[in-house]
Amino acid sequence: MANEKEVVIDVKNLSVGFHVRGKKTNVIRNISFPVYRGETLAIVGESGSGKSVTTKTFTGMLDSNGFISGGSIIFDGLDLAKFKTNDDWLQIRGKRIATIFQDPMTSLNPLLTIGYQISEVLILHHGLSKKEAKEEAIKLLAKVRIPNPEERYNDYPFQYSGGMRQRVVIAIALACRPEVLICDEPTTALDVTVQAQIIALIKELQEEYKWTTIFITHDLGVVANVADRIAVMYAGQIVEYGTVEDVFYHPEHPYTWALLASLPQLGTKDEPLSFIVGNPPSFAGEIIGDAFAPRNEYAMNIDFVMEPPIFKISETHWAKTWLLSPNAPKVKKPKVIEELHLRMKGAATELKRQEGEDYE
Amino acid sequence: MSKKNLEKPPVSKDVLSPLSNTEPLSVEHPTAQDLREDEMVESVSGMDSSYQEIFNGEEKVESEIPAPKKHKNALDPKDDEFEKGRDITRGTPADDIIVKMRDVRISFKIGTLERVIINHLNLDIKRGEILGLVGESGSGKTTIGRAIIRINKVSGGEITYNNVKISGKIPKKRERLLKTKIQMIFQDPGDSLNDRANIDYIVSEGLRAFHLYDDEADRVNKVTEMMQRVGLRPEYLSRYPHEFSGGQRQRIGIARCMVMNPEFIVADEPISALDVSIRAQVLNLIKQFQQERDLTVLFIAHDLSVVKYISDRIAVIYAGKIVELCSANRLFEAPLHPYTKALLTAVPIPDPKIERKKKIVVYNPMQHHYVKSDAPEFREIEPGHFVRCNTPEFEAMKAELARLGGEKK
Repeated sequence: MANEKEVVIDVKNLSVGFHVRGKKTNVIRNISFPVYRGETLAIVGESGSGKSVTTKTFTGMLDSNGFISGGSIIFDGLDLAKFKTNDDWLQIRGKRIATIFQDPMTSLNPLLTIGYQISEVLILHHGLSKKEAKEEAIKLLAKVRIPNPEERYNDYPFQYSGGMRQRVVIAIALACRPEVLICDEPTTALDVTVQAQIIALIKELQEEYKWTTIFITHDLGVVANVADRIAVMYAGQIVEYGTVEDVFYHPEHPYTWALLASLPQLGTKDEPLSFIVGNPPSFAGEIIGDAFAPRNEYAMNIDFVMEPPIFKISETHWAKTWLLSPNAPKVKKPKVIEELHLRMKGAATELKRQEGEDYE
Repeated sequence: MSKKNLEKPPVSKDVLSPLSNTEPLSVEHPTAQDLREDEMVESVSGMDSSYQEIFNGEEKVESEIPAPKKHKNALDPKDDEFEKGRDITRGTPADDIIVKMRDVRISFKIGTLERVIINHLNLDIKRGEILGLVGESGSGKTTIGRAIIRINKVSGGEITYNNVKISGKIPKKRERLLKTKIQMIFQDPGDSLNDRANIDYIVSEGLRAFHLYDDEADRVNKVTEMMQRVGLRPEYLSRYPHEFSGGQRQRIGIARCMVMNPEFIVADEPISALDVSIRAQVLNLIKQFQQERDLTVLFIAHDLSVVKYISDRIAVIYAGKIVELCSANRLFEAPLHPYTKALLTAVPIPDPKIERKKKIVVYNPMQHHYVKSDAPEFREIEPGHFVRCNTPEFEAMKAELARLGGEKK
């Protein structure tokens, strides 16, 4: 099944490093994954795991001390990893691969009107006249459900609420009809109610415009709805990759278990929430073995010595953990993971009432 | 409550012991015996004199921070109106209300314009509970929390703490005393810590301001103990906030709050700015402290899933009005107000099958058709479950409850 789908971005053995105080660090360590056209890929992991850095390489927006130290990113026959100058990127960045950033406060210019910031894109990329651009911009504002777009066109960002600002950012991204939309934690700074609306909006627009979404988040709960595939990242590597069903119902990597188990939605009153002990490893030194081993209660001796290879679980699902090795002892997954669907079924009372059906 | 304290296993006291060198100031709610005034006066005045001795002897140790003059800031427990105002004769712990808000009105003045954010708010916070306050941004939940700790002024009504008025104009002494009893954990651990101060200073600032330690050694002891308690190494005390991650910073925020041995905590979205894996740690920490020390917590959040886990009761607030108040479990079993229902559907469910079928409900405040003759009121629909509604709605919700059946358990 996986082979039938067209791959839009193919990342192969990508490594990214940063120059820090005269030293080279290795932040993305040899990752490979495909992004399928029309699908939503969610990249999930803690802060500092390299999720944003990975997607920044797709648009050439690494910080000035960052560099791609190896591998390739194939997009439409072009190797993005080989791009050097700004001129190369102009044809890709914003136009074919657009990004929505986390903080809608900082991604809009506070000194320019909302209308100007949207029509600017249309004039630059599509060569529209000012008048046409205004009409188009108002249409876009309506598309992202800004009430009274004609009046709000001349407002400044501070006159918009956080959720509305994020809608405007989506409108700007929309303006270029990108093939790939990178959403870098688009809802982290927002309320749950607004978050739900923004995610619904992104999903809806994706159906209409048929783009591919790469959705970055630290909250596994958020992606259950939007994602088709999930890549779980830890310490610059993808430790588990699979369809959303694979990862939620049959997670195999202990880090995925830990991420899922720490969701407060899954907590019960009587027991403390499980959490991941310690901090992610520092990139300053070389990481030996499985990077997650020191924080992993399931770690075996081999985890501290040798990096685990990729173990294929099914056609669409793989994980990087020694636990999947045929020689590894059988371990029981945490109770919470085993009961996930059951627990959630219990929690979905309100839904059941709305729909009057049983969730299977 | 007093019984509960007496029954506590000695182990829990051991955990606390290094912190509570000054026994009477410990956070445990004093039992009737504890309240005997002579005990308290004796020990605290003892603390004062020893402080003086050490202070004179070891002034250089504190060279970094200008040492405050003796007595000027020290609290005199004789004036503890809050202990006097506390009605320990009340029957069950469930009736024991620590913070009472009556007809509270909070407004902000923008030029000559007055904007009323909160009006006619009534809310009781019971001793020893975690009350979750949930609503979207702009609903006034933070304003309420800040009004309790006197950051926001109250322009009408009254807030009492242990039956003693704490809103509006109050004696200076009372205000000072209050500051030791109520502490706050702030939302953004990055902004709420002083960039230029080291962790030692940040954590012990409150202790210094109120002289809640015997001598320098005691202060260091208290601070180190608290650092370990929140899972940070004592070596970190000499570091600065920028050297820590978000989760660590929030733990410093909790340490600085808990080192004061407060009775009541306002936690203003303490985990909204944190990663999911770290959220769990911070939530556990707050819950542990609450259970150990019998704290009362007002937990402000916008995410119902978080609040469900941590709180005993939940108050849902919309546009400055509490629309539903009930026990945490019951709220999820039988949400009645349309806004609560909308909030519930917004909580992301980590299960693709369920999540995909879910329909997001958006609350429309116009759906109520309230008329002047039948204005919505805050009514008790079943014991302990309050909803803001008018008469027809009340009847409809009653019917809905009957359909749903009674409380499980």
